[in-house]
Amino acid sequence: MTTKLFGQRVKRSEDPRLVTGNGRYLDDLGHDALEVAFVRSPHAHARITDVDVSGALDIDGLVAIYTYEDLVADESTQMSDPLPLLIPHPTLTHGRTPYALANREVNHVGEAIVMVVATNRYVAEDAVAQIHVDYDVLPAVVGVATARDADHLVHEDVPGNVAAVMVQQTGDADAAVDAAPHSLELDLSIERSASMPMEGKGVLARWDADDSSLLMHTSTQTSTSVRQAVAAKLALPVDRVEVVTPDVGGGFGVKIVHPWPEEVLVPWAARRLGQAVKWTEDRREHFVSSAHERGQLHQVRVGYDDDGRLLGLSVRFWHDHGAYIPYGLIVPIITSTQLLGPYKPGAYRVEFASLYTNTVIVTPYRGAGRPQGCFVMERVMDAIAQDLGIDRAVVRERNFIRPDEMPYDQGLVFQDGRALAYDSGDFPASLDKLRKLVGWDDFEAFREQAEAEGRRVGIGLACYVEGTGVGPYEGGHIRVESDGSVVVSTGLTSQGQGHQTMLAQIVADELGVPFERIRVTTGDTRRFKYAVGTFASRTAVMSGSAVAMTARQVREKTLRIAADALEASPDDLEIVEGQVRVKGAPTAATNTSIDLGTVAVLSNPLRYAFDDATKKATQFASAADPSKPPITPGDAPGLEGTDYYSPTQSTFANGMHAVVVETDPDTSEIKILRYCVVHDCGTIINPMIVEGQIHGGVAQGVGGALYERMEYAADGQLLNASYMDFLMPYATEVPTVEIDHLETPSPLNPLGVKGAGEAGVIPGSAAIASAIEDAEGITIRRMPISPSELFHLRQEQENTP
Amino acid sequence: MNPVEQTVSVTFTVNGTLQVLDTPPRRLLSDALRHDLRFTGTHVGCEHGVCGACTVLVDGAPTRSCLVFAVSLEGARITTVEGCCAADGGMGPVQQAFQDTHALQCGFCTPGFITTITAFLDENPAPDADEAREAIAGNLCRCTGYQNIVAAVQRAAQLRRPVVEERAQRASRNPGEEP
Repeated sequence: MTTKLFGQRVKRSEDPRLVTGNGRYLDDLGHDALEVAFVRSPHAHARITDVDVSGALDIDGLVAIYTYEDLVADESTQMSDPLPLLIPHPTLTHGRTPYALANREVNHVGEAIVMVVATNRYVAEDAVAQIHVDYDVLPAVVGVATARDADHLVHEDVPGNVAAVMVQQTGDADAAVDAAPHSLELDLSIERSASMPMEGKGVLARWDADDSSLLMHTSTQTSTSVRQAVAAKLALPVDRVEVVTPDVGGGFGVKIVHPWPEEVLVPWAARRLGQAVKWTEDRREHFVSSAHERGQLHQVRVGYDDDGRLLGLSVRFWHDHGAYIPYGLIVPIITSTQLLGPYKPGAYRVEFASLYTNTVIVTPYRGAGRPQGCFVMERVMDAIAQDLGIDRAVVRERNFIRPDEMPYDQGLVFQDGRALAYDSGDFPASLDKLRKLVGWDDFEAFREQAEAEGRRVGIGLACYVEGTGVGPYEGGHIRVESDGSVVVSTGLTSQGQGHQTMLAQIVADELGVPFERIRVTTGDTRRFKYAVGTFASRTAVMSGSAVAMTARQVREKTLRIAADALEASPDDLEIVEGQVRVKGAPTAATNTSIDLGTVAVLSNPLRYAFDDATKKATQFASAADPSKPPITPGDAPGLEGTDYYSPTQSTFANGMHAVVVETDPDTSEIKILRYCVVHDCGTIINPMIVEGQIHGGVAQGVGGALYERMEYAADGQLLNASYMDFLMPYATEVPTVEIDHLETPSPLNPLGVKGAGEAGVIPGSAAIASAIEDAEGITIRRMPISPSELFHLRQEQENTP
Repeated sequence: MNPVEQTVSVTFTVNGTLQVLDTPPRRLLSDALRHDLRFTGTHVGCEHGVCGACTVLVDGAPTRSCLVFAVSLEGARITTVEGCCAADGGMGPVQQAFQDTHALQCGFCTPGFITTITAFLDENPAPDADEAREAIAGNLCRCTGYQNIVAAVQRAAQLRRPVVEERAQRASRNPGEEP
């Protein structure tokens, strides 16, 4: 019997290629392509008064220089229009998006103004250095509070710097808070960080003049949508554009945005020049011209009863979305809804304003608004616990949605326009596991022991619920080749999540094929045209389900054809190790079994044989009924299938983290002693991969809590735009993660799975803040927190009478 | 027209093969390896020596190839991640260890870790967990949280042991042979 691979720690089929240097990332392609560099704005807010390129024109190796005027001059395309607003919303009344090259005005440091094409990047940068741009510098709007004050405007025609105000509510929250026996008000803030994948963005475009077609490689999280967008911008028929996502060196959200200016400019230049053109983003460009996330200010009012149960929760927050808003309101919508976590809030009201600032755009970064929401809700829980003198875990437990209340509709509209309705989960069981894992109930003994040694320790916890696997759909295509190997493709992309392995595990089980005989392709529009993308922890749910459904379809066809050949009933057949056989019959007995490759041959009636195997399918070889057509009406040649999975709503994963910290009484250094995770992502396909996702998420959560922030000066200069100054954690800063799983299957998809990609990062700031507060007895209201900030908080506390 | 960029000739070995390169003096080793010699396993993550993705071994020592001019390496012996493979072209011990322990996700930083760990294990063939973590503390990874990379260092040490022992035995049989 074949071992079931679903649920097994199957080693990744991606790895042999990647560890030997045989990966193919964007900049590993197109060595002979022309290369691009950009003149980017050194000012956060300015009018461009003149662009003088004359100093660059004599540089040997220069090929072309383009400004916005060149885009306008090309009337056959849409290149001079603003880039699309990808996700419109009725409340997004003042949506503004950038131009591919700046049109008379720049709104953040790093905005592209001039595109230079040269024989290589060195020469292109030589030319960039010789191009002079004159500016009228305007006042810069930096930071949420400054944007809200609106003394200056980012866009002249956007009053108050407000792109959107959105309100959602269930019940009368303010009245409920007013009437509650206890209430609290909290001001909370969280700073900017960024996805910061090790590989930046990059685009390679090849124009085939003979075929009038474009082949584009881009380091994206959505190749199908880039294809549509580039075709629209360049005014090309969509079928003349193919987009391939090569190996991608991490995404974490930033590469779901599209089309980036470079994603339309590079193919546009390739077509004009009739040569391959490539742009590889450098690290500084990634800091100042891609995207950030997280920055929000929150004001919370909460009312609760004597037991700490929520009666009313009223939240107002201000979200900094940067200079433009191409990705719409997804991040603040997620914050405003996922803030609720595993709790019943009583009456709830949330209002947010999404504000322009003269800084890099804000679009989803792993967690996508949830870390902020989780931080807010969990600070509220800790504040209630402290106010009433109740254990922090107990307050949480009292507010949990109970398993018998599932499915539970929070009465709000989620980021996909669908109900915020939790499909499953057992929050009390998860909390029990976490308490055991971290030793919650024994912590006081540890604290006393540490205190006796002159050490200061604290414990914190945080819970979250994460809507994963948002629609609208994904699809899968599976074909069995005549050699018995199986090719699988799905349209969404991969950035290191092991999709090839995970999808092959599913197909191996469903089709009864050895794992090694399965090849999986993702993110190649030549192979699969319809897809959405890789974001929102959606691949296992969406493409996993689609591929499983497709495999079942192909299995059915396989059994039907094999049944004819073996003169058996399909119900009596099984597929084991790539052999279709009569159940219970000895393996490889010729009259009771047939291999998948032969079934594939038989599925395709042939006139011409091209090898020995295919002779079986030619017209004089088969005993087909001559009164019937070789292909039955409604059927198709080939052993292949395509299917799509499109759910009515997201599936909601959840988890809880507990962290033990030690703070140095002298230096204020914050050290994580233990980091424990209980995680419920439904049925697990590959625990090794899920745990890897959690490890990586936790590392980013630790970074966001203790180290990472975007240091913007008041004039809009990003002061730490390098890996030297933006403090991403090294191995010495990341704790060993202890994990326990709970598997509450989702009822919404055929595999019972929920997403796992983002979860690890979500409660990091919340749990660490809770632990530091516990260690120090100092109220923490903003994250991240550095040793010097903790030191200042200590001083403030000492100076408070 | 500005003058055409001058080039300089430089000779070094990459993974045991002699390479003669005519290149502008300002060309970085990372670009020369990747784009001129097509050893694209060496990746560039930050362009200023902080992330370690571009780490190669120069005469056995881990070196940030984004901080070195190719022309400065006359006569050097360079090893890239492609040179860390087994003799048959399959995965070498450090590479195999990365697969065994799920020490990579996107794989972009991985070559820099593999070269770094290869050199480290030459110095310390049996590290404990703390030493393993310290050994990789100069390289950035944004995917894995490092936990499995620490495990990979120790797994690689285990996988290399027979190779190291065999090499030692061969050296004792043929005292003249370079270890």
